[in-house]
Amino acid sequence: MSGYRLSDGGLTDRGTTLRFSFDGTAMSGHSGDTIASALLANGVRIVGRSFKYHRPRGLWGAWVEDPNGIVDVAWNGRTTPNLRATTEPLINGQEVRSVNAAPTAAGDRWRKLDLVSRFLPAGFYYKTFMWPRWERYEPRIRALAGLGRLDPGHEPAADCAQVNARCDLLVVGAGPAGLAAARAAAARGETVLLVDDQDAPGGALRWRGGTIAGSDWRDWAEDAVSTIKAAGGRVLFRTTAYGVYDHGLVCAWRRREAGPDQLWRIRPGRTLLAAGAIERPLTFADNDRPGVMSADAALRYLRLYAVVAGRRIAVATNNDAAYPVAAALAQAGADVSVLDSRDDSLAMAECALAVERNTLPSAALGQEDLTGVLAGDLRLEADTLLVSGGWTPTIHLWRHAGGGLRYDERLAAFLPEGGMPAMRVAGAANGAFGLAAALADGHAAGGDDGPAPPVGEGHASYAIRPAWPDPAGSGRAWIDQQSDVTVKDVALAAREGFRSVEHLKRYTTLGMATDQGKTSNMAGLAAMASITGRAIPEVGTTTFRPPYVPVPLPVIAGRRRGQLFNPPKRLELEGRHREAVAGLREYGGWLRPSWYGADGAAAIDAEARAARRAVGLLDASPLGKIEVIGPDAAALLDFECYNRVSTLKVGRARYVLMLTEAGIVYDDGVVMRLAEDRFIVSCSSAHVAGVRMRLEEWRQDRFDPARVFIHDATAHWATIAATGPKSRDLLEATLPALPRQALDLAHMAVTETALDDAPLRIARVSFTGERSYELSVPQSAAAALWDRLTAGLATLGGCRLGLEALLILRAEKGYPIIGKDTDGLTMPHDLGMTGPMKKREDEFAGRRALFTPQARGADRRQLVGLAVDESAEPLPTGAHGYAPSGGRRRSIGYVTSSYLSPELGRPIALALIENGRERLGERIPLVHLDATFEAMVTSPVAYDPAGMRLDA
Amino acid sequence: MQLFPCPFCGLREETEFHFAAEAGKARPEPAGQVSDDGWAKYLYFQDSPKGRSREIWVHLACGEFFVMTRDTVTHEVTGSEALSGRSR
Ligand SMILES: [Zn+2]
Repeated sequence: MSGYRLSDGGLTDRGTTLRFSFDGTAMSGHSGDTIASALLANGVRIVGRSFKYHRPRGLWGAWVEDPNGIVDVAWNGRTTPNLRATTEPLINGQEVRSVNAAPTAAGDRWRKLDLVSRFLPAGFYYKTFMWPRWERYEPRIRALAGLGRLDPGHEPAADCAQVNARCDLLVVGAGPAGLAAARAAAARGETVLLVDDQDAPGGALRWRGGTIAGSDWRDWAEDAVSTIKAAGGRVLFRTTAYGVYDHGLVCAWRRREAGPDQLWRIRPGRTLLAAGAIERPLTFADNDRPGVMSADAALRYLRLYAVVAGRRIAVATNNDAAYPVAAALAQAGADVSVLDSRDDSLAMAECALAVERNTLPSAALGQEDLTGVLAGDLRLEADTLLVSGGWTPTIHLWRHAGGGLRYDERLAAFLPEGGMPAMRVAGAANGAFGLAAALADGHAAGGDDGPAPPVGEGHASYAIRPAWPDPAGSGRAWIDQQSDVTVKDVALAAREGFRSVEHLKRYTTLGMATDQGKTSNMAGLAAMASITGRAIPEVGTTTFRPPYVPVPLPVIAGRRRGQLFNPPKRLELEGRHREAVAGLREYGGWLRPSWYGADGAAAIDAEARAARRAVGLLDASPLGKIEVIGPDAAALLDFECYNRVSTLKVGRARYVLMLTEAGIVYDDGVVMRLAEDRFIVSCSSAHVAGVRMRLEEWRQDRFDPARVFIHDATAHWATIAATGPKSRDLLEATLPALPRQALDLAHMAVTETALDDAPLRIARVSFTGERSYELSVPQSAAAALWDRLTAGLATLGGCRLGLEALLILRAEKGYPIIGKDTDGLTMPHDLGMTGPMKKREDEFAGRRALFTPQARGADRRQLVGLAVDESAEPLPTGAHGYAPSGGRRRSIGYVTSSYLSPELGRPIALALIENGRERLGERIPLVHLDATFEAMVTSPVAYDPAGMRLDA
Repeated sequence: MQLFPCPFCGLREETEFHFAAEAGKARPEPAGQVSDDGWAKYLYFQDSPKGRSREIWVHLACGEFFVMTRDTVTHEVTGSEALSGRSR
């Protein structure tokens, strides 16, 4: 325990005390703290355990770069796993728990696992647990490894809005470069959207400070923000631009204090990336000890939260940027000494503290906690070791967008290379280190050719001397703290041939943890370069993929969950159905009544019987009503349909199939001819969108689009079907104004008339095999028609008909549902419809494919019925018929539909069976899971094979 | 998220579109005289070029089929034009 909070300073609100706990111990912090700053202020050193070896882990960073501070947070009765302590605001009442540790991070029962670590090198799990079955080991290994625990009771609300935004210029990062660019662009009249993941402008100025344009940087930053707003722009804080996607789309996660988070989908004219740079670690033995921390992070904790990382501090650096950190901590009262890899530098010369030159740490001392630093022969007592291995420009978004990189030897960093029309990089992300350089770079990127705002003294020098991992170093030197990857693991990967960075990453998991290698990738590829005798640019970087930080899935999902995930289409008459106690389910994208009444099974049975004996009333509104209009309408439909349509007389309807060009049945339906040049394609409800698009495709590709039009009127019309021997009686009784000739319509005839001043279309089309009338009216007239018809049901012994009963009725008649009783191989002749392919000589979609050797094969699966004993259960849908074949079972097809027929009093089934029509009368064995059955192959038509009922 | 140009509606997000076919691949006719292999080629063989490609897409919102030229590697869209139709 060595971190502590100063009695004043920092930006937290000391007036508010927030209570929280860590691993069960009560602690407190202030409003404005992150969980990490509060833990540090409370003297917590070990914040978690490493993924694989259960090594103790302390805070390394102070923001998104930190690999170690991963915690589960319970608040308000719900636990959110794997939050990052460094970016998560402290809230009163949070119960914070370390991950991958039990019972606490400090007292983890697996902490001795590290003693056997030499038996667990990279790839250990891949190599060891392959035999005999990984599944046998997996549960135990998973219990030992891993991160947070899910709270099954916590389902986050679907309340994250998604905001679409446009701007002339998107600036990512409100540090000096971003502010300067945004300010310059706004001053030229551009609409700027400036986003930053902190809660205030300034970037690193917030802890490094500075003088800009002659006064404190805050005045200048404030002026920049007002300039942006005055030009119609916007500034969003706590907003992380996490990914660049195709055609310049930038996605940003916005956290809000009041209200749910938002996802911003931004389409900028141009994007300027000014995301700064991230400090690198130094690599030496046991450099993962809690107490070893990024120097810049320590300054951030000091300035923003007034938290000092330790009392006896060693600072180890290879560049000048760590010197202000050392000075600030000394001023705050810590005992500070400096180790520098260099012989001399500007900052070193000005430093008032003791500096050990030409020296870097070779090992961190101490077991669970840091007690000192070994640097060659030198041994320093220290409770805290702050390190700076240089800076890595944050160019993730540039790489998402496809930007190139070059390796800069002077800065020892990858920098953006080349140009992209829609994106630029400025500031530290562009290698412009130091305040003056960053301001000038941003100012120019914002489009101002004039001089950039002048800055005060003391921000110029960087002077890095690279200090990459030493493969010959002794001990275990850590590269990726979250994934537990050491320099030796990289060497092992190289020895085993995984020399490409992409292979290295996957073999060792380097850079694959939730921090995505922000602090480890450079060290990893530098180690690989050194081990394989290549230069760093030869090794290259791995692919940068979004998101830049972990983004909560509720933010990405937005409101598209639950009811809004895939909203069903709703019937105009849904209210009427609910009043009649309908059980509603989704059928082909529509929410439709399955049955009416509380007892589903009884209702289905009663409804099916009523339709056969009296009359059933069905809401058939989802049936397709695609109008095909124009002088070439008949020709288009002739091409679209397997059955010829042009020979249809006005006022008549015809059952048709539609085929893909591969000859496969795509859909079926009824085409009605209302006039010489006007047809309605009544396709199945689930295929309306697809059939419409097929018609449009043929129309635009093959016909004169000025001579035939497609209009999908499905949603405009309600269709109510009365089916059963008393359907005519129902119409006569409840619609007395209906003209006689409408009642007298023949089967497959259609007429247009009117009812109560609303147009009414009546068609004699049957999906049950019984006399049926389909009545179509505009949706506005649907309720009145439904009410009149339902009022007459009881006297006739009829009832409302749900979809489940209809499915039984049509199966009794052997009417297939395309896509259920057919599959991706079914052709029309497999359904017994051979007429058109024999007779038609004109061209139609799919025709050629019906004459290939495969289509003419003797082993095709054909639609048949299957009969079992009257007392047997219905066959399971999906059960396979089989033929014995060399001691095994060879499938000869499967059951597609299976029901208990109320009318016949026995099970019925439809099936696609190989060469089925040749097998009529044959008994075949079937198997489903472990059960076997036997059934007789029959005609698909189980009820009224002569079709006498249609005019009963 | 790519933006595709519908000749009828202008730039819209890619989720509003479906791929229809590779452009310039005429239906062989009279189909009855096409060999089995020839028909199979028409159905199943695609060029799937890497780089510059011409494809037919449909804008689901308005039903317009159109030819789009784009680069399958960079995803750059270089143009779109309405289908010519048989009589035009
Ligand atoms: Zn369109």
